[in-house]
Amino acid sequence: MSDAPLHTQFNSIAQLREALVSRQVSAQELAQSALDAIQARADLNAFLHVDATLSLEQARDADRLLADGNAPALAGVPIGHKDLFVTQGWRTTAASKMLADYVSPFDATVVAQLRQAGAVSLGKLNCDEFGMGSSNEKSAFGPVKNPWNTATNPGGSSGGSAAAVAAGLLMGATATDTGGSIRRPAAMCGVSGIKPTYGTVSRYGVIANGSSLDQAGPIARSALDLLELLDPITAFDAADATSLEHCNGTPNQPGRVRHDFDRAVQAHQAAGSTPLKGLRIGVPDEFFSADIQPDVAATIDAALKQYESLGAERVRISLPRTSMSVPVYYVIGPAESSSNLSRFDGVRYGYRTAQYNDLDEMISRSRAEGFGSEVIRRIMVGTYVLSHGYYDAYYLQAQRLRRLIADDFRRALTEQCDVIMGPVAPTVAGDLGTEGSPTEEWTADIFTISANLAGLPAMSIPCGFASKRNLPVGLQLIGNYFCEGQLLAIAHAYQNVTDWHQRKPEQQ
Amino acid sequence: MSITQQDVDRIARLASLELTSQQSESIQSDFSDILALIQQLQSVDTQGVEPMAHPLCGQQDVALRLRDDVARPAATTEQRDALMANAPATADGLFLVPTVIE
Amino acid sequence: MDWEIVIGLETHVQLSTASKIFSDSSTQYGALPNTQAGVVDMALPGTLPVMNRGAVERAIQFGLAVNATIAPVSVFARKNYFYPDLPKNYQISQFDLPILQGGSLTFFVGENETTVNLTRAHLEEDAGKSLHENFTGPHGESSTGIDLNRAGTPLLEIVTEPEMRSAAEAVAYARALHGLVVWLGICDGNMQEGSFRCDANVSVRRKGDTKLGTRTEIKNVNSFRFLERAILYEARRQIEVLEDGGTIVQETRLYDSDRDETRSMRTKEDAHDYRYFPDPDLPPLVVDSGWVDRVRANMPELPAARRGRFQTELGLTAYDAAQLTMQRSTADYFEEIVQHLPQGSAKPAANWVLGELAAALNRDDLDITQSPVSAQQMAALITRIVDGTISNKIARDVFAAMWEGEHNRDADAIIEARGLKQITDTKAIEAMVDQVLADHPAIVDEYRSGKDKAFNSLVGQVMRAARGKANPQQVTNILREKLDS
Repeated sequence: MSDAPLHTQFNSIAQLREALVSRQVSAQELAQSALDAIQARADLNAFLHVDATLSLEQARDADRLLADGNAPALAGVPIGHKDLFVTQGWRTTAASKMLADYVSPFDATVVAQLRQAGAVSLGKLNCDEFGMGSSNEKSAFGPVKNPWNTATNPGGSSGGSAAAVAAGLLMGATATDTGGSIRRPAAMCGVSGIKPTYGTVSRYGVIANGSSLDQAGPIARSALDLLELLDPITAFDAADATSLEHCNGTPNQPGRVRHDFDRAVQAHQAAGSTPLKGLRIGVPDEFFSADIQPDVAATIDAALKQYESLGAERVRISLPRTSMSVPVYYVIGPAESSSNLSRFDGVRYGYRTAQYNDLDEMISRSRAEGFGSEVIRRIMVGTYVLSHGYYDAYYLQAQRLRRLIADDFRRALTEQCDVIMGPVAPTVAGDLGTEGSPTEEWTADIFTISANLAGLPAMSIPCGFASKRNLPVGLQLIGNYFCEGQLLAIAHAYQNVTDWHQRKPEQQ
Repeated sequence: MSITQQDVDRIARLASLELTSQQSESIQSDFSDILALIQQLQSVDTQGVEPMAHPLCGQQDVALRLRDDVARPAATTEQRDALMANAPATADGLFLVPTVIE
Repeated sequence: MDWEIVIGLETHVQLSTASKIFSDSSTQYGALPNTQAGVVDMALPGTLPVMNRGAVERAIQFGLAVNATIAPVSVFARKNYFYPDLPKNYQISQFDLPILQGGSLTFFVGENETTVNLTRAHLEEDAGKSLHENFTGPHGESSTGIDLNRAGTPLLEIVTEPEMRSAAEAVAYARALHGLVVWLGICDGNMQEGSFRCDANVSVRRKGDTKLGTRTEIKNVNSFRFLERAILYEARRQIEVLEDGGTIVQETRLYDSDRDETRSMRTKEDAHDYRYFPDPDLPPLVVDSGWVDRVRANMPELPAARRGRFQTELGLTAYDAAQLTMQRSTADYFEEIVQHLPQGSAKPAANWVLGELAAALNRDDLDITQSPVSAQQMAALITRIVDGTISNKIARDVFAAMWEGEHNRDADAIIEARGLKQITDTKAIEAMVDQVLADHPAIVDEYRSGKDKAFNSLVGQVMRAARGKANPQQVTNILREKLDS
């Protein structure tokens, strides 16, 4: 298509980098063509704030560094940031009326790290309000449309990030995952996404949803591209007390993931025609006994067969508390969110209601008017489960169950298998405007939630299409703690022999 | 099982949310499903299990990291104003709120 | 009807760290509004807390000083409530697992030594300040200004068991606690600036009752005098209510120093559901024995130890020792004097520090660290009393002159210049005594007829004749000799 931006001519970030370094293409050209494409696809509503001046300024800086011959790894690469990452210059709204005009005086650490690596930001990406939602229909600024079929949703909460990458508007995007918010939209939009081990990527500057569950991670077109975006942001951050200094003894810093990835890929290459020989893939019974759509199950099964043809061995495992993960998550998540969102009171920033008679009214009216219904719902649930008389029965009980769930995973990943695979979601993308009840929506997260509860790294990669409308299906990979590199290598091995990740919406 | 209107009011007060009657009714009806969902937690015996403080506390030692006691110098009034730029109401470098009578 | 007052104190001690507990903003008092409130203190979206080692270290010092149990693992919890001076609308505090448990403080109430047990002490962050000066909001509404400079200052909240039985005891405890935290150097003790704030939990019950009555909490009293008055008022109020057949409402009250009364604060019923839960942004705080040992090794000699040493090594009474160790600077000053005195002169040194010096400092509103007369200069003066050069009475005049700066505060120079040397020459005193006996035969007769008081009168006469400069002991001896011979 003539609208396709310049960067889509390159199959990977690595290829794009070569072209930039050899000055075949400039960062400013790339930025301008991305800006044009974004405008042309405004119908997707993937972006909440675009500022050409700011982007071109960053592109100019990148070109300068490239001309000097010592450009950092991502110089000139067009990316975008989910609107939960605070940014100087661009507004940060969290897709909420509460922050419609908010401009942060500082950048999130992840934003600063990618800027330091030379990437050029094309703007802020739409998402579910405060990260709460699974289909990006809960943004205060309108839903995002799935580029594969604009009558459907892109998944959530990072719907804007996934849609923008899928539509070729960006080479990659940042996103956050609290209960599946990277993996689900990646799956629904036929792109790749990774949620790293909890504590490996900084949460400083990420508007907090569920503090013990949130992790930031990239969405891009392939495992190779994910690596390029993940490695610079995997680092200890002193500004985040939950950030890890070490990963099982290895310093948490850029290079760690790349090192593990390279080593794994080398081993795969050395193994010739069965690169994954010896790899045990755990497939949980419970991931298939739920209400999973038959054609989605079939697509996942085909992917697993593909893995077997690469030499891997399928192992049946059981994660008996899978169904419990939903109530556990929907106690802990809302509890933490309800407290995290208390700061939004119209005093120091944010929406303040127009009419009020006293302080109480000002605060409680501003909040009730500024927050959408899903946010209010979760604040109410969270407040309820923490309130006097309920704390032991709900919150404490949930945290105990959480440990049991984490133990189940640890047992499986140390004794029975090397990686766990299964579906990301029970269905493909649904039609816009057809959401079920709150609890129905919540239960759709059943396969993704556990990795957040346990803090394990997890990915989604495209593995086919399903349903009458041929919508993307995502394969989920869950690894052991700190195994991002190995996980990406396993994903890469699959993408080496398949082309699902190379499909583009306009070809359908 | 669900919650009463009184419960909704109490929780809304705790959360500083002035719900419209529509919002309030909606919450009340949502809660019957939600409570059914989260009450499933009671079916599991977790006797003797420690609650999980940090997702990785089962994996490696996680202790609170401490920062050296070094102070940044005070901000200039310009810097201060920049941090307060998003405030709906300020005066003389102070955030303004409707007066609370104690 | 005999009533018993039951008091427990909760004291918020601002720790003397350079930066705040969860951010690197400065804690210095008096800065322009909101210039010491960074993004974390303002609770801007995306900000996170990072713990200050200095705050933990000071908590450990306090724990060691009061013999508390220092928790090897303690947890920070969020206390959730909405208030404009609380930017996150939750306070990071400690709930189930505080850093310190138990411990006790021993102090004097008047002449009686008593011990109060501590329940616990925990770390938390201070809130900002509300300024209620007639501001106008965007809709013309009467408004309050919020300054977040104080928000995030580290606090150690110290809670006693409800063991105190009088306002005097509570105040004595508060003074002793104040003295201790300043002694340790963990708090500057400036009550005007809010560094040390007491909340009193007060209840009453009939003497003999074992069950505790309903208590009220009197918040944020910032002087010892007001603390005493507030407790007295509240106890009296509660007794009156109960004697009238009413019941006490558990509530928070404020002390109004203008009216000398406590008033109920307007609080909502559910305001106390704080929904505490462990703060997911802060992993558990680990304090290992190695750290505790290091802190212990670097602690100054504690008031209790120094008190003990003053008693055993210097022979002071328990009371005097306690008075001298209320403030570290006082104890240091006293010990420096003692170092420059001959052995066994600790008692006069104590008397002078607690007596004349204290009075002069008080009169001129000075702290002992601001004393115009140095410890060495005091020692020189006291030496002249001990060696008999001047009497105690004359010494007071010399001290007054030193205080004003005469002769470079050199005691000897003043004594010399004013001719204040005590007359110790036996012959000279004998002569004076003879003269007095000759001049006052009536008093002599009174003495001989058994009136002992007459003796003192004669001593007085001799001292008058000597213009105060005779050694009183010698006068007494010589007079006795001559009268009884």
